[in-house]
Amino acid sequence: MAVCIAVIAKENYPLYIRSVPCQNELKFHYTVHTSLDVVEEKVSAVGKSLADQRELYLGLLYPTEDYKVYGYVTNSKVKFVIVVDSSNTSLRDNEIRSMFRKLHNSFTDVMCNPFYNPGDPIQSKAFNGIVSGMMVQTG
Amino acid sequence: MESLTLSDVEQKYYSELFVYCDTDNTKKVASNGRVLDLFRAAQLPSEVVLQITELCGATRLGHFGRSQFYIALKLIAIAQSGLPLRVESLNSVKDLPLPRFVVGKNEAEARHAALYQDADSQGLYPAPGTALIPRPPGRGLQNKKGPPSSTSLPAHEVIQPLAPSIEAQPEPTSPVISPHQSPPTSPHSWRKHKRQHSGGNADRQQVVAATGAVWTQFREPQTGPVTGDGMWSSHSPPPPLPPSQESWVSFTADTPPSSTLPAMHPSSVQESTTIRTVASAATTNEIQRQSSGYDDPWKITDEQRQYYINQFKTIQPDLTGLIPGSAAKEFFTKSKLPILELSHIWELSDFDKDGALTLDEFCAAFHLVVARKNGYDLPEKLPESLMPKLIDLDDSAEVPEPAAEVGFSASPVEVTPNKSPSMPSLNQAWPEMNQSNEDTAIVHPVPIRMTPSKIHMQEMELKRTGSDHNHPTSPLLAKPPELSEETKLPPSMKFVAANTVGDGYSSSDSFTSDPEPITRQRSQSGASPEALKVVAPPPPPPRPQQSHSRSSSLDMNRTFAATAAPGQPQPSAIAFPPAVPPRPLPTQSSVPLTGHRVEAEGVPAGGAVLTTTSPQQIPQQPNFADFSQFQAFAASEQPSSLPDIDKHSEAGQADKISEGAGPLRTVKSDGPADERTSATVNSAKGSSGPLAPPPKPVRRRLKSEDELRPEDEQIGPQKAAAIAAPLTSQPSISRSVGKDKKAIQASIRRNKETNTVLARLNSELQQQLKDLLEERISLEVQLEQLRPFSHL
Repeated sequence: MAVCIAVIAKENYPLYIRSVPCQNELKFHYTVHTSLDVVEEKVSAVGKSLADQRELYLGLLYPTEDYKVYGYVTNSKVKFVIVVDSSNTSLRDNEIRSMFRKLHNSFTDVMCNPFYNPGDPIQSKAFNGIVSGMMVQTG
Repeated sequence: MESLTLSDVEQKYYSELFVYCDTDNTKKVASNGRVLDLFRAAQLPSEVVLQITELCGATRLGHFGRSQFYIALKLIAIAQSGLPLRVESLNSVKDLPLPRFVVGKNEAEARHAALYQDADSQGLYPAPGTALIPRPPGRGLQNKKGPPSSTSLPAHEVIQPLAPSIEAQPEPTSPVISPHQSPPTSPHSWRKHKRQHSGGNADRQQVVAATGAVWTQFREPQTGPVTGDGMWSSHSPPPPLPPSQESWVSFTADTPPSSTLPAMHPSSVQESTTIRTVASAATTNEIQRQSSGYDDPWKITDEQRQYYINQFKTIQPDLTGLIPGSAAKEFFTKSKLPILELSHIWELSDFDKDGALTLDEFCAAFHLVVARKNGYDLPEKLPESLMPKLIDLDDSAEVPEPAAEVGFSASPVEVTPNKSPSMPSLNQAWPEMNQSNEDTAIVHPVPIRMTPSKIHMQEMELKRTGSDHNHPTSPLLAKPPELSEETKLPPSMKFVAANTVGDGYSSSDSFTSDPEPITRQRSQSGASPEALKVVAPPPPPPRPQQSHSRSSSLDMNRTFAATAAPGQPQPSAIAFPPAVPPRPLPTQSSVPLTGHRVEAEGVPAGGAVLTTTSPQQIPQQPNFADFSQFQAFAASEQPSSLPDIDKHSEAGQADKISEGAGPLRTVKSDGPADERTSATVNSAKGSSGPLAPPPKPVRRRLKSEDELRPEDEQIGPQKAAAIAAPLTSQPSISRSVGKDKKAIQASIRRNKETNTVLARLNSELQQQLKDLLEERISLEVQLEQLRPFSHL
C-alpha cells in the first residue's frame, strides 16, 4: 500500500528508493529526505540500549496533506521509510509494522549475500520483488 | 528474411552450392552435414558462422531455405572479406568476392583438422583457466541446454546441436536435426543417463573422434559467446546456448543452432568425455531420444554433481559442512560473471538464507553459474530440481520431466524460502517424532507454537515443569524429551524434573518432598496443552477406579483385601489401610474441587466442595491403622471425624488461599497441599486430645511407614486410655502393625492411582489453559486492531 519505499543507509544516503510511477516522483524523494530529520530526532530521543521491535519501529513520522510517512530504523542505523497515500483507508498500525518487518527481513537477506557490499545500492531481485509486492497493493 | 540482391555471378554460385547442399532436393537445406561442411570449409571462426546462421534466419526456421542459404553464403563472403557482419551489409556491400570454401579432398579430414584446431585452441584455454569453474560448466551446460533449446527452437535444424544433449537434455528440435548428423553416435555416447541427446551433429562425430578433449578444456566463453548470446537470446532462451557453445566447449547439447560451428565439436567432444564412442546411432534414435526426453534443463547430472562435489571438497572438506559466504564469493567470482548476476545466483541458491552454502546449495549455485555462462538466463526462482532438498537424487531417474521448465523462468513450485531455519528441521523432525512418540498429538501443536515466542516459552516452561507431574512413569519421561526436542527446550530439564518428580511420587512418603512437587505444580499450571495432551493418553489405565474412589468404596474394598479383614464389622474400620486411603480421597475430592475452582475461581467454592467430599473421608480417616481403637471408638470417631472434615476443608481453603497465584493451580497443588495441611490439621487435632485417634490416622497416612508404627503405638496408648479394654489394645497393636504393612502397600497403590488421576486432571486443566491463552491472544489481536482507531 505504499506509494514510496526507501532504504537509507547509516550515512543518510539512499540505498534503495522506489516510488509508484507518477508524474512527480521527485516529490517523494524530497519527502523521504525531509523525513530523515524526523527520524534522527526520534532516534536520538528513543535512546538506546534497548533495541526491541518496538523501538525499531518509529511509527508515523509526520503526516502531510496527501500522505503519511512512517519510519523504521534498524540496529545498524539503516532506515526504512514508507510513504503511504492518505487516501487509502488508513492502514492499521500492524500492517505498517508487518511491512517494515518484511522489509527488514529481505534487507537482511540482501546483507547476507556475500556478493553484496554494504553501501552499494541494493539491486537484489528478491528485494525488488518484496517491495513491488508492497507497492502494488496500492493499486 | 532480408531481401537479397545478388549479382548474377553470385546467384549462380549460390544456386550451385544450394543444389550441392540440397541433397534431399527439397529446396530447403536442412542443417545437414553438407551445409555444415560447407560452412566449415569457409574457414571462418565458429562464432562467426554461428552468427551468420542466425542472421540469415536459419535459426528461426530451423533449416536453410534457399533464401537463408543465399544470405548465409553472402554473409560468409562478407565475413571472409573481413567486414563486420551486418544484415544491412548484405545489400550494401558491393563487389563482394564470392565466398570461398576450402574444399578438402576429404571433408572429413578438413573437419578433423578444423576440429583439432579448435579443440586444441580450446584445450589451451582451460589450462590457464580461471579455475575450475569454466570446466564443469561446460558439461553442465550441455545438459542444461538440451531441453530448453529443444523446446524453444523446434526449428533449429540447421544449427546442429553442438552439444549433444549430453546428459540429459534432449533436443526438442532434434527431430528435425537428426538427419544431418551422421554422428548420431555421439548422443549415445554422451548420454549417460537415459537423457536424450540432441541430434548428433556430424560435427560431433568428428569432434568425438578428433578431440578427445576432456571437458576440462573449456574455454571461457566470455567474449565470443557474448555477442552470440545476444543474438541468440533474442530468439528464445535456448538459443543463447549455441553461441556460447561455441566458446564453451561444454555446451549442453541441446539444439545449439551453431551446430555448424566447428567450435561445437570440441564441446561435443567434451560432452562425450563421459563416453566417447562414436557410435553410428541412427539419427532416428537421436531424434527419438531428443523428442521423448524433455528433461529438466536445470537438472544436475551425476557427472556434474560429482564435479560440484569435488569442488565443494576443495573449499570445505566436510561434505556436510557449510561454505562460508566469503569463500563462496571468491570461488564464484572466478567465474567472471558480473557481480550482479552472482548476487542473484546467491539469492536463488542460498535456500535457508544463512549466508553459507551447504553442499546442495553449492551445487545449485554452481549449476546456475554454469548455466549462466552458457547463456541461459537466470530464473526468477530457484528451479525445483535445484532445490536443496534434492540431495543425492539420481538425476537419471528424473528424466522425463515434462516441459514444465520451458525456458528457465518457468520454475515450477518454489518452496518458499523459509526465513526460519528451524522450520525445515522441524519438518524433518516431525516424522521422527511421530515414529518415536506414541502420542502424535504432540507433534502438531509444538511447531505452531514456535512463532508466538513469549507464549510459547511460557508453555514450554509449563510443559517442562508440568510434564513432571503428569506421570512419574516412563511414558512421561519419554515424552518430555520429545517435546523438548521439538520445542527446543533443554531436554535435560524435563528429564531431571520428571525423574525427580517420579521419584517423589513413587515413594509413599512422598510428602517429604512435597514442596518440590507442589512448586512444580504451580508453575505447571500453565503447562502447555501439548504436553498435557501428550500426558493425557498415558494416564488412562490406572485411572478408572480412582475416579470413583471418592466413594471410597473401592478403596474400602481394597482395604479389605489388603487388610486381611480384621473382621471388624465396622465399616469405618475398613479404613484400616486408612493411612493410605485418606490420601487418595482428599486428592480425589480435591480434584473435582480444583476443577471446580478453575471454573469458578472461587476458593470458597472449592472449600465447599472439599467439605462435601470430606464427609466421605470421614469414615476412613479415623480408621487409620488402628482397628481395635476404632472399634472402641466407633462412636467417638465419628464425631471426631466431623472436626476432621472441617479442618480439612479449612486446610484446603488455606491452601487455596496460600497458593492463590493461579486459578489454574490445579489438583496437584491442592492434593498435596491438602494432604499436607491435613497432616498439620491432624497434628492439631491430635493435640486436641479426644480427637487424638482420628487425627493420628490422618497423620499416618501422610507420614512414612516408619512413622506409622510409632503412631500406631502412640495411638495405641492414647486409645488404651480411652479404651476400656487394654487387652484388646495389645493384640490390636500387633495387628495394627501387620495391617500397617498392608495399609502401606495399599496406600502405595492408592497413591499411584491418585497420581494418574491427578495427571489426568492436570492435562485437562492445561487444555483449559491453552484455550484460555488462545482466547487471550485473539482478544489482544482485537485490541490491537482497535487501537489505531483510538489514536485517530
